[in-house]
Amino acid sequence: MTASDAAVPVERIDHLDLLESHAIFIIREVAAECERPVLLFSGGKDSAVLLHLALKAFAPGKLPFPVMHVDTGHNFPEVIDYRDALIETLGERLIVASVQEAIDKGRVADPGPFGMRNRLQTTALLDAINEHRFDAAFGGARRDEDKARAKERVLSFRDAFGQWDPRKQRPELWQLYQGKVSPGEHLRGFPLSDWTELDIWQYIGREHIELPTIYFSHQREIIERDGMLLALSEWVQPRDGEQIETRTVRFRTVGDATCTGSVESFASTIEDIIAETATSTISERGATRADDKFSETAMEDRKREGYF
Amino acid sequence: MTTATSAPVEHPEVMDLLRFATIGSVDDGKSTLIGRLLVDTRQLFDDQIDAVAQASRDRGVGDLDLSFVTDGLRAEREQGITIDVAYRYAATPKRKFVIADCPGHVQYTANMATGASTADLALVVVDATSGLKEQTRRHLCIASLLGVRQLIVCANKMDEGNWRFPLYERVVAQMTALAEMLEIESLTVIPISALHGDNVVERSNAAPYYEGPTVLEALESAPAGGWAGVHGEAAEEATRLPVQWVLRQPGGGRTYAGMVDGAPIRVGEEIIVLPSGLTSTVTEVRTPSGLAPAAAVGLSVSVALADDLDVARGDMIVGRANPPRVTNDIEATICWFGTAPLTQGSRLRVKHTTRSTPGIVTAISSLLDVNDLTLAGASELVANEIGVVQLTTADPLVVDAYGSNRITGSFVLIDPVTNITVAAGMVGIPTLLHRS
Repeated sequence: MTASDAAVPVERIDHLDLLESHAIFIIREVAAECERPVLLFSGGKDSAVLLHLALKAFAPGKLPFPVMHVDTGHNFPEVIDYRDALIETLGERLIVASVQEAIDKGRVADPGPFGMRNRLQTTALLDAINEHRFDAAFGGARRDEDKARAKERVLSFRDAFGQWDPRKQRPELWQLYQGKVSPGEHLRGFPLSDWTELDIWQYIGREHIELPTIYFSHQREIIERDGMLLALSEWVQPRDGEQIETRTVRFRTVGDATCTGSVESFASTIEDIIAETATSTISERGATRADDKFSETAMEDRKREGYF
Repeated sequence: MTTATSAPVEHPEVMDLLRFATIGSVDDGKSTLIGRLLVDTRQLFDDQIDAVAQASRDRGVGDLDLSFVTDGLRAEREQGITIDVAYRYAATPKRKFVIADCPGHVQYTANMATGASTADLALVVVDATSGLKEQTRRHLCIASLLGVRQLIVCANKMDEGNWRFPLYERVVAQMTALAEMLEIESLTVIPISALHGDNVVERSNAAPYYEGPTVLEALESAPAGGWAGVHGEAAEEATRLPVQWVLRQPGGGRTYAGMVDGAPIRVGEEIIVLPSGLTSTVTEVRTPSGLAPAAAVGLSVSVALADDLDVARGDMIVGRANPPRVTNDIEATICWFGTAPLTQGSRLRVKHTTRSTPGIVTAISSLLDVNDLTLAGASELVANEIGVVQLTTADPLVVDAYGSNRITGSFVLIDPVTNITVAAGMVGIPTLLHRS
């Protein structure tokens, strides 16, 4: 039989199939071109999808690279439980790069018990990349998240200082992702670049990907601060005039507990969340991330320093 | 007034995702148009619109400068220009869009080519009050060399010219002449005001002489999915699977991973492994969803073969029909981005599909004049110039002409010292170029 007389029909593919296959292509390409890649995993929905795709790329074998969590120390316990259970089930290698350790070693200043640690992740991340001599780090960033991310290549070059220079990006044509770097430099690979928040949720639904429970509607003690609904925790305590309230909420993103807000929601299934996402009037980061509210170009500034 | 010729080969299986790039000169209103398109199709969240409004007021450029929607970098907002491609996403009930908003300045040609290389279609913005500019012509030439065959042209700023018909007519005449030269298959010219939204998403009464589609309608009905697949009828049934990775199976044996291109790959298909020329039969096809009898173009798969062959990354598994060429010597059309000129004898790394190999430029054959698409003799190419070169590679490459396959006909050249991508290359000479 040759292709021309084949009677086997080709199954119709949709946009999720195309996004999935493109992401797998990118993961395989970086794994082949780079010597020591690592997959960054926060326990959030995007990194859950990223890990799922990486496993598919190399199935039925193991991942040819480790998984790394940059741990701010200010975590939602549900996320850490989820991470540990998932990694154990998969039998993959997990590296934890600890912000607390960076503080203890004096690598970064301690912002205090109630301070935000999101930005401190950059130091912990770059130290770990150096220590393990990683030349590529996969991240789950999407271009629809932020206007600076919208400008970034799928393979994003970082110099020896971990910096992103938006004026000196490598041309990236067709599907020719080239991963050559000199010692000390590295790449960030973003296989989910072309995915939107809605694509992520539709894919999680289609693939039955497990997520931390905080993504689904639940009752929680919260404090309303600067328009954000922060979860009460040992690091987030009421200030003068602030009330502790119990509300029905869920999280749209997962990050440092001191700067990740929840949204009021009754969405308790993936289908509910897809419907809610499709009709939301507030962006994912706008609703939930205090760290993006510092300035017009907060994300660009953090990326220049080596942030995710 | 709309002109349209026969549509390119359709790929109905991927019709629900259209990738397009914007092309236009500085200040013709490209970014404003994309901002308008996103706002009027309700793609932007309230907080994103608030942020654009705040940035606009902070910089004293009115209540809502739509160009700030895509010009997200600090330097871009300070200078009011687009430096690099911004990728934006939109969805309507009809289909999803991946938008590459490309810069217009000549020094950012490499960034523009990055955006256009994966586009099904170019959305062109022309300031109707001043007509088609040199820079737009140049970028249209590059897009067309990269294989873009459909144009939707927005005759913009019609409001500034009181919607006078001759302004629109001039853009139609200029674009029709250029489209013929560039072998464009589908051309639609729409009179619009990106600033006020006329004929972008909402139909306008301001141009009674125009009865064609709005910009959104044109985008929703354009054929899609062609960029990564087969172009032209000659390459039908030409399966290509560049091998990315060899997967060892738990029970022994190997499968070969890569993305299907050219034509679907099927269980039972007789294949050739190139460059070795060894033959075998496909015994298993695994897509991301599991084992399947066949896999469509654009799917990442792994395949097993009936025979135990030596197959490695960089090899290509191809169908028996219409096999590609195996060669160490390539004639190619390249767009040079390097800061130093490209000359005869330049040593570079070539990345073609999944193979990287050293290469030498053995001759600079000609330089392209983008005004009339003629090739004339040259001894070097400087930044942002296009020309034809002869390349010799250390390892053989498995190539198709770019005109018949955009994946197996394309490559990049990499500076071996800095590792920077310095050229985009297309195998062969496009038919629209001619020697003077």
